[in-house]
Amino acid sequence: MKEDLVLPAPRGTAAEREREPLLEVSGLTKHFPVKGGFPIKRTVGQVQAVDGIDLSIGVAESFGLVGESGCGKSTTGRLITRLLEPTGGTISYRGRDITHARRKQLAPVRSEIQMIFQDPYSSLNPRQTVGKIISGPMEINGIDPAGGREKRVRELLEIVGLNPEHYNRFPHEFSGGQRQRIGVARALALDPKLIVADEPVSALDVSIQAQVVNLLQQVQRELGIAFLFIAHDLAVVRHFSQRVAVMYLGKIIEIGDRDSIYTRPRHPYTHALLSAVPEVTLTEGAGRNRERIRLAGDVPSPISPPSGCRFRTRCWKAQDKCATEVPPLVRIEGNREGHLTACHFPEDPTITDRGEDIVLDPALAALEETDQG
Amino acid sequence: MTTVTKTEGAPAGTGPEGFLSVRDLSVRFATEDGVVRAVDGLSFDVERGRTLGIVGESGSGKSVTNLTILGLHNPRTTTIDGEIVLDGKELVTATEKEMEKLRGNKVAMIFQDPLTALSPYYTVGRQIAEPFMKHTGASKKEGWARAVEMLGKVGIPNPAQRAKDYPHQFSGGMRQRAMIAMALVCDPDLLIADEPTTALDVTVQAQILDLLKDLQQEFGSAIVFITHDLGVIADMADDIMVMYAGSAVERGTVDEVLRAPRHPYTWGLLNSMPRLDSDLSAPLAPIPGSPPSLLSPPSGCRFHPRCAFRDRVAGDRCVTERPLLGPDRSSACHLTAEQKRTIFAEEIKPRLG
Repeated sequence: MKEDLVLPAPRGTAAEREREPLLEVSGLTKHFPVKGGFPIKRTVGQVQAVDGIDLSIGVAESFGLVGESGCGKSTTGRLITRLLEPTGGTISYRGRDITHARRKQLAPVRSEIQMIFQDPYSSLNPRQTVGKIISGPMEINGIDPAGGREKRVRELLEIVGLNPEHYNRFPHEFSGGQRQRIGVARALALDPKLIVADEPVSALDVSIQAQVVNLLQQVQRELGIAFLFIAHDLAVVRHFSQRVAVMYLGKIIEIGDRDSIYTRPRHPYTHALLSAVPEVTLTEGAGRNRERIRLAGDVPSPISPPSGCRFRTRCWKAQDKCATEVPPLVRIEGNREGHLTACHFPEDPTITDRGEDIVLDPALAALEETDQG
Repeated sequence: MTTVTKTEGAPAGTGPEGFLSVRDLSVRFATEDGVVRAVDGLSFDVERGRTLGIVGESGSGKSVTNLTILGLHNPRTTTIDGEIVLDGKELVTATEKEMEKLRGNKVAMIFQDPLTALSPYYTVGRQIAEPFMKHTGASKKEGWARAVEMLGKVGIPNPAQRAKDYPHQFSGGMRQRAMIAMALVCDPDLLIADEPTTALDVTVQAQILDLLKDLQQEFGSAIVFITHDLGVIADMADDIMVMYAGSAVERGTVDEVLRAPRHPYTWGLLNSMPRLDSDLSAPLAPIPGSPPSLLSPPSGCRFHPRCAFRDRVAGDRCVTERPLLGPDRSSACHLTAEQKRTIFAEEIKPRLG
């Protein structure tokens, strides 16, 4: 494995890298129809996968999107790459509205927004050689780099830490981590400005996962590519992202700088998420001072999400107001700049032990009651 | 054919001690490409009321070991050597009939994916009642009552109604709860949990892990907990065994293994895992390369091709001689105890931040 990456100089000047948004999304919505009935199928409901989210990603910024399964984070990624047609809202890329752009109009944008998929086994065509897979995007876009496509592919293989000699091999000859590297090389083939990485490391083993995270980080920093990093693993997202958004049932419930979200969360759900992450405590006593929150049950169905605040059915602070009023995503008192929270009754900005556990799960609460009694 | 050969010359004094005792277990599969040595010379003990966490990456043999304990391997292609003793009973040589009496009764298993482990044809209640009726001779009515009781215990709301549901009507977390109810229905002495929370969301995982811990206190079962996640292990286990390429490389209590690890592979795992409190200025330190193929594992220490500390061992012992793992707190590595201590303290620990 090559540790040193051979990379061209980062593109863009310092001024360009400043917070001019590369991608802006506002009110983005995706509803999937639910069909039912016989013999004529009718739409009987809507899965509100993504329901009015706003976010912006700056040039060369790494932006993390976390949430549990079904919260709409993958759908968001697919909407942004326009693999899915948005139901509502707008997506603008470098000031151009691409929400409903047609295939032809989209072509130049598509080459700048690339995607890395979760499963390195199903995202590579088993019948194509590595060379063909990686040069595919160049072929489709009719790009002929200086020195030919093959030379460029060999360069890319070297960038992602694979042997350029592997040009003529097939995907099945590689391990999971190596395949994910091929996926990264393919995403880099067109010099993209934004890469949407949908759970890029969750199918990999721990030791391999770190290799790929490091690779992505190097690519992000040295090539100046913006990333939308979608994952459920909070520790990985923390490691990779400068800014983080937390999603729950199709809505962003909290967004802010990494430090702000991970050490000063305000939304009860962010608190619950962080407290649920199992952690290795390396020193005696440390880590025991984290708060302990155990929610009850699972995420409700996005077909008929709760009214008002969507988290209220699992929240320990919920009151009548939460059922009637959707909390706006705003900067609440005590939040740092850019840290927005959608909650009527936010928590204190700390993750340390509050002296009393919050255990909402009835079975757990009952068992723990008898333990103490 | 399952060929069974007793371990030759098992040293005296290493006889079964724990409630579950595995000695020199080797499992080999015949495949088209050759013989896969999935587990190679594995020994461990589990005591009643304690949890052994087995941690390792895919292909390290952790799941195979536990399928073998339950006799769930394919007997036509599998060769097993060594012994597995559960509460004084030898399991490797046990007949299928004897195993049937054990499964779901004395030993129960929770699988990773509850959707494929539950049958879509039968109601959840019936599936939970079945092992109870089979092993205790209870009537259908008693079995159903027990199923409802167990569902209530694992936190399914409205258990009498939900017992009539089919698995697809349950959410992922609820299915895993139903699996736990099914596993505990006969009050097993040993519970094998194979990645029980890997398919679940983090908030649900926290609920299930706490539930398992609390239920263990109530039922007093021994648990073998298999996972790839060191965080989960730290939370659940009393003792840890780290597996790599079919054998154990390090064992000890949770505190010993996680706070003063002695094997380069364990160091590598800890270093490559991002944590919520880790230092962000330094990149992660992954283990180079990838796990070896078990068709032709490396000679000597199986970790040597990926090991960063190989050159600190004199000569080529790492390549020629296989390091052995002792019965108690130990690590299978040729580095001296002193070296392991200083390397961890000076080179590994600072990186962990």
